[in-house]
Amino acid sequence: MPFDLHSINLFDMGKQFVFTLTLQKISFLAVAFMTFASAVAVVTMKNIFHSLLFLVLTFLGVAGIYLLLSADFLAAVQVLVYIGAITVLIMFALMLTSKLMAKRVSQTMEQWIVALPVTLGILVVLIRLVVLNPWGMKAAPAGPTTGIIGTSLMTKYLLPFELASIVLLVAVVGAILLAKEDKSDDPS
Amino acid sequence: MSLTLTGIIKLVFGWLHIPEFLVQPTVMIVAAAIILGFILLVVLYLVYGLRKVMGWIQARIGPNRVGWEGLAQTIADALKLLTKEDIIPKNADKWPFIIAPIIVFVPAYMVYLVIPFGKGNGWVVQDLNIGILYVVAVLAIPTIGIITAGWSSNNKWSLLGAFRAAAQIISYDIPLVLAMVPAVMLAGTLSTQGIVNAQQGTWFGIFPRWFIVSQGVGFIIYLLAALAESNMTPFDIMEAESELVAGFNTEYSGMKFALFFLAEFASMFTVSAIAVTLFFGGWLPIHPSLSFIPPVIWFLGKAAVFIFVIMWIRSTLPRVRVDQLMSFGWKVLIPVALLNIAWTGLLVILA
Amino acid sequence: MIPLEWYLALAAVLFCTGIFGVLTRRNAIGILMGIELMLNAANINLVAFARYMHPTILTGHIFAIFVITIAAAEAAVGLAIIISIYRNIELINVDKINVMKW
Repeated sequence: MPFDLHSINLFDMGKQFVFTLTLQKISFLAVAFMTFASAVAVVTMKNIFHSLLFLVLTFLGVAGIYLLLSADFLAAVQVLVYIGAITVLIMFALMLTSKLMAKRVSQTMEQWIVALPVTLGILVVLIRLVVLNPWGMKAAPAGPTTGIIGTSLMTKYLLPFELASIVLLVAVVGAILLAKEDKSDDPS
Repeated sequence: MSLTLTGIIKLVFGWLHIPEFLVQPTVMIVAAAIILGFILLVVLYLVYGLRKVMGWIQARIGPNRVGWEGLAQTIADALKLLTKEDIIPKNADKWPFIIAPIIVFVPAYMVYLVIPFGKGNGWVVQDLNIGILYVVAVLAIPTIGIITAGWSSNNKWSLLGAFRAAAQIISYDIPLVLAMVPAVMLAGTLSTQGIVNAQQGTWFGIFPRWFIVSQGVGFIIYLLAALAESNMTPFDIMEAESELVAGFNTEYSGMKFALFFLAEFASMFTVSAIAVTLFFGGWLPIHPSLSFIPPVIWFLGKAAVFIFVIMWIRSTLPRVRVDQLMSFGWKVLIPVALLNIAWTGLLVILA
Repeated sequence: MIPLEWYLALAAVLFCTGIFGVLTRRNAIGILMGIELMLNAANINLVAFARYMHPTILTGHIFAIFVITIAAAEAAVGLAIIISIYRNIELINVDKINVMKW
């Protein structure tokens, strides 16, 4: 009697609710748990550098979710932009704005007594919206996405594409101007 | 039953009556172990090769005491590093200090997933649809490992070294990607096997259709950017021994230092392998009449030529100053790379 | 097949974690990290709907690419502002930066 992990029927007691555990669901639960745990660590850790390392783990988890959704191009872009660029940016800013060698910057969670019920309230509203709505959608098999994204960006979404490059240019110029040292203030 | 890895494992599992669904994960684990073994072997002989080549160019003999002609030198060095005391500085942040070498080494290892060693799907571990984009994304990760290493060492020199190293890597990320884009445009696909397959055939029966013929400038940009990314001379400000003590890995000793070292030499092979795939035809022979030599030998041979060129550059050119490096990357390489893309686009449309 | 609700629920949970981070952190960079979490959660939603509704016209993916781009631009400008605040007064606790308060 072969033991086939591909479909274990739990709760199969003749009720409507049947939960078949496939390998895909196990992967989703593992990646989702890792993402959620890292996100909680990001918002609760005292040492902000450790919090940043957990943010990297969260980004990796989200890239894993994109892979589960067959979004191959987007997963690579997520790793490249978020982990390769934005995290480096936040690390540089962290190093420039904390007193050097004082890594134990105290980060108590202020006002969590008020923030926690608010957050849980929003969570309850969102989960009710998600669960009680009859979405009724099934996933069709998906293929490689790079070609479709490229063609759409160049034909249908050309204007947002050009505008995004202008936004990036403005951001680069603005960031350099804002963070520049004011040489005129230096009395020497 | 075919002689591929999957075939062999299926056979073995059939004999031992292990369930069918465990075949796929086991194939993946065994393939990863084989690649790790390959990396260790390659790094072993790359370190020896570098010291020998550097020695010959500097008119001296390299290591020749340990083993026959010094071949066991790296094994001796590795054993020495492994038996060193593992020091963690007292005020250093313990967990980031330990994790930093892992963050630097693992992406250098992950790139081997898409390198096409030979013909057909059996010779590349996984032929991803987004092959080259995966390489670029994974090569962007070691930056945070280097900054973490510098920050958690609790040492001003390490921090400064980490800042300069990170600035260098992110500046040269852009020319690297821009130099890979024209090759992808000419091939029409991001998958590495697809890029190699697009370079088949010859012109007039003599010249192979490799991308180097139309991408000479692109190749030079790629070579310079890749040398800067993996901090090799003339761009090795990161580990400039005469300057910042040893840069971001000042406080590292023993196995952790060995991981940084392993990552650097593994990425030397990766840089050559990607250059061969993108510009020099991968596992394709120079002329179809020579295709009785197995494709894997062609691939490793071409990669060996590149590695020799990298070692040659390393032994002869002096180090570039950090501000010259940055201005070269931003003001020279990026405009030239953009012009190269425009020119390749023109070629693709007209051809 | 994984039901669509699971992806949406994960995105909702991540979004609320981001809100908690924004509401409780004192360090300005900590608030920025909470904002990045919220943007990622919104991206998961977009990509999940694109996959389940129109797998051949990937509008959700394109929207997600633009969200990533804007997040990068916003992080750059935000961090530049934080750095210049730090240069003038030597801290970035948001409850102490109240110079413009009446």
